[in-house]
Amino acid sequence: MPDRLRQYRPLLLPVAGLLAAAALLAVPAVGWAAPAVQEGHGGGGAFFGLMPLLILFPVLGLLINIAWGRRLDEKWVGGIASGAAALSFVIAVLQWVSLRAVGYEAQTVYLADWLAIGELRAPWAFQVDTLSVTMMLVVTGVGTLIHVYAIGYMHEDVRANGDPARFPRFFVYMNLFLAAMLILVSGDNYLTMFVGWEGVGLCSYLLISFWLEKGAGGIGNARAGRKAFVVTRIGDWAMLLAIFLIFWTFGSLNYQEVFGAAASFRLDAQGQWVVTAITLLILMATTGKSAQLPLYVWLPDAMAGPTPVSALIHAATMVTAGIYIIARSNALYALAPFSAGAVAVVGAATAIFAGSIAIAQFDIKKVLAYSTISQLGFMVAAVGLGGYVAGMFHLVTHAFFKALLFLSAGSVIHAVEHGHHHAAAHHTAGGSGPAGDHVPAQAHGGAAGHVDAGKPGQEDHGEHDALDPQDMRNMGGLWNRLPVTKWVYLVGALALAGIVPFSGFWSKDEILHDALGQQNWLVFGLLTVAAFFTAFYMGRQLMMVFAGQPRTEAARHAVESRPLMTIPLIILAALALFGGLFNLPSIAGWTPPGAHALGDWLDHTLGAAPGGEHAGEAAEAAAGAHAGAAQAPELNLMVAGISTVVALGGLGAGAALYRGRPATAGERDPLRGVLGAGFTLIKDKWYGDELSDLLVIRPYNWLAHVSADLIDWRFWHDWFHNTVIGGIFNGFARFSADFLDLGVVDGLISQAPAVLARAVADGFRRFQTGYVRYYALIVFVGVVAVLGYLLFVR
Amino acid sequence: MQSVPTVYYVALSAILFTLGVLGVLLRRNALIIFMSIELMLNSANLVFVAFAREFGQQAGQVFVFFVMTVAAAEVAVGLALIVTIFRAKRSINVDDINQLKG
Repeated sequence: MPDRLRQYRPLLLPVAGLLAAAALLAVPAVGWAAPAVQEGHGGGGAFFGLMPLLILFPVLGLLINIAWGRRLDEKWVGGIASGAAALSFVIAVLQWVSLRAVGYEAQTVYLADWLAIGELRAPWAFQVDTLSVTMMLVVTGVGTLIHVYAIGYMHEDVRANGDPARFPRFFVYMNLFLAAMLILVSGDNYLTMFVGWEGVGLCSYLLISFWLEKGAGGIGNARAGRKAFVVTRIGDWAMLLAIFLIFWTFGSLNYQEVFGAAASFRLDAQGQWVVTAITLLILMATTGKSAQLPLYVWLPDAMAGPTPVSALIHAATMVTAGIYIIARSNALYALAPFSAGAVAVVGAATAIFAGSIAIAQFDIKKVLAYSTISQLGFMVAAVGLGGYVAGMFHLVTHAFFKALLFLSAGSVIHAVEHGHHHAAAHHTAGGSGPAGDHVPAQAHGGAAGHVDAGKPGQEDHGEHDALDPQDMRNMGGLWNRLPVTKWVYLVGALALAGIVPFSGFWSKDEILHDALGQQNWLVFGLLTVAAFFTAFYMGRQLMMVFAGQPRTEAARHAVESRPLMTIPLIILAALALFGGLFNLPSIAGWTPPGAHALGDWLDHTLGAAPGGEHAGEAAEAAAGAHAGAAQAPELNLMVAGISTVVALGGLGAGAALYRGRPATAGERDPLRGVLGAGFTLIKDKWYGDELSDLLVIRPYNWLAHVSADLIDWRFWHDWFHNTVIGGIFNGFARFSADFLDLGVVDGLISQAPAVLARAVADGFRRFQTGYVRYYALIVFVGVVAVLGYLLFVR
Repeated sequence: MQSVPTVYYVALSAILFTLGVLGVLLRRNALIIFMSIELMLNSANLVFVAFAREFGQQAGQVFVFFVMTVAAAEVAVGLALIVTIFRAKRSINVDDINQLKG
C-alpha cells in the first residue's frame, strides 16, 4: 500500500502549489472586489476577483501534466485535466452568481498591463458580462464532460494506435485549448480576444494531427491539421485587418470604448465604408474559424482528430468563436446593415450547402462534421439577422447535442472497433486448425481482417485494419447491442433534427422566427430546406447505424463502452433534452416559468451595448429584428408548425428510405436510386475540395512555382544576383585586386620605398669598407670638422 | 724657481697626439695602432696635468687617473682581442680583418 501511494508523491507539490495559488489570488481578489460591490448593489459580487483562476486552472493542469504526466497513471493524468476543467466551471458558475448579485452589470476585472504603446492600451483584463459568462459556462461545462469522457476514450485510442505514452499529451493539449478558449471569450478587448483566437487555432492544429504519423499515406492527419491551420489562417488574417481598422477608426481596442465610440460614430460616406469593411472582415474571420462558405473546407478533414476533439473543438466551442465575436460586435453590425445582410446570407447558404452534403456521407463523423457546418450556418444566419439571442441560444443547445452526438459516435466507433477485434480474435482461435480456414476470413470483405501469421508477438491492435470502423455501411443493427449509447444518440439526433420538445427545436425555431419576422424570405427558405436536410440525414444515420441487421462481423460483436464514457453522455443527453428550458417562448399566451430566461439574461449585454439597436438610422433595420428576438415572447405557431412538419418529414423520409437498407456492407445507397447522378455530386461534396483545388490551390502552387522558380530563382538568383550583382562585384573585385592592390598598392606604395631604400643603402654601403683606418679617418675628419666649427664658426 | 711654461706642455701634447693619430691612420699592425691610441691618451693626460698645475686645480689630476684606468682596461680587452684574432687568422694586420663590411 505505501508503494502504491508513493507514486503519487510528485502530486503533493503541484496540488499544494495549486491550493496556495488559489488562496493567494482569492484573498486579495475578494478584498478588491468588495468595494466594487458596495456601489449600491449590495453584497454578492465578491467572486469577480476569482476571474483569473478561470484561466489559471487549465494552465496549471497542463503544466502538471507536462511535468509529471509521463510518470503518473492515466487515471491521474485524466483526473487532473478534468479537475482543472471542472474547477474552471466552478469559477464560471461563481461569475454567474456574482453577476446576478450586481444586477447583471458588465464588469471588467483587471489583472495586469499587457501592452501599452502610445495610444494602444491592451491590458490583461477580463470582460465579465452575460454574453461572456454564457460562453464560459458552455466551454467549461461541456469541456469538463468531454474531458471525463476522453479519459475512457483515449485509454482505448492510444492503445488502438499503438502508443500509450501519448496519453498525457492529449490532455495537455486539451487543457491548453480550454485556456485559450477562455482567453478568447473572457478578454475585454479585441487584442486579448485575438490571443485566444490564435491559441485555439494552434490547439485545433495540434489535436487534429494528434496521430500525426497516421492517416492516408502516413501524412493524412498531418495534412488535415495543416489544412485547418492554413485555411483558418486566411480568416485570422482578416481578423487582424479588422482589429487594425478598429483601432484606426475608434482609437481603442477595448470593447466598451469601441462600442461607445461606435454609438456616436459619424456615419458619413467614409465612415460607412470603414465600418462595413470592419464588419465584412470580421465575417471573413468567422468563415474561417466557424467553417462557413467558402472557408469551410478544413472542418470535414478535421475529423482526423480523436473524437473528443471533434466534440469539444470542432463542434461545441472553437467553431462558435466566430458567432461569439459577431454577437460581441453587434454595435458595429448595427452600423453596417450591408454586412449584417451578408452575414445572414453566408450563414443560410452554408446551412443548406453543408446540409445537402451531409445526407450522402458514409463516415459517421463526416455526417456530423457537415451537420456542424450546417448548424453553424444557422447561428451565423441568426446573428446576421440581428437575432443575437437566437444565435447564442442555438450555440448553447448545439454545444449540448452536437457534443453529445460526437461523443456517442465515438462510443459507437469504439464499439465497432471492439467488435472488430473480438471477431478477429475469434478467427485467430478458429484459424489454428487447417490452413484453409484463412480463406473464409478473407471472404468477409475485410470485416474479420487478415490474420498475418508472419507477425507473431505483435499486438492484437493494428493488424486487421482493413475495416473502417467509422463507415456507417459497416454498422447496422447496433440498437440491441449498445443499451446506453442508443438512447443518448437518439436524444441527440432528435434534438438536432428539431423535434419538440428537444432543445434543438426551440433554438432552431427562434432562428426561423427571426428570419420570418424580418421578412427575409431568402434566408427563411434556405434555412427551412436546410432543416429538412438536417432531419433527413439524422434519420438516415440512425437507420444506418442502429436499425436492421448487423452488416459486418464487427457490428455483430459490438459492445457498450465503459461507464466513464457513458455517464458524460447521459448528462449531455439530459442537457440536450432539456436545454430548451433556458429560453422557452410564450406559447399561445401562456408564459411558462423561466421563459426567455436566456434572452433576458443576454439582453443585459446585447441590449445595453451602447450604439446597439437604439442608435443611428442605420440600426433601424436591425432594431426591429432584435427587439423581436430579445423579447421573443410568442411562439409563432406557423413557424413552429412548419419546422415540425419539416423535421418529421425529413426524419420520416430518411427512416423510410433507409429502413433495413443497405442490407449488406457493399449494397448501393438507396438514395442513389432517388437522386441518380446527383447523389455522386453531393457524395463528393459538390466537388468543393476539387473546386478549391482548382481555383485556389493550383493557382497558388503555380504562383508559388512562378515566384520561386521563375522570379526568385531564374530572375533574382540567376540573372539579377549572379549576373548583374555578381558581375559588378567580380568586376570591382578584379579592379581592386589587379589595379588597386597589385598596381597601386604593391607597385607604388610598397615597391617604391623598397627600391628607394635599396638605392640609398647602396650609396651608404660604400662607406663601410671594413678597413679600420678608413673609419678612424672618418672619425678624425669628423672631429676636425666639429672642432673647426667650434673654433671658427661660433 | 722658473717653471716650464704651460704652452710647452701643450705643444708637446699636440705633437704626441698628432703622432698618435697618424699612427692609427697609417699603420696596419694592430699592436702599433694600440700603442698609438695609448700615445693619444697620454698626450691628453699631459694636457690635463699641465692645465691642472696652471690653474691650481686638482680635477685635472684626478681625471688623469681615470683615463689611465680606462686605458689599462682597454688595453687588457684589446690585447685579448688581438691575441684571439691572431690565433684565428695568423695575422694582426687590420686590413685583413674586414669581414664585417656591408
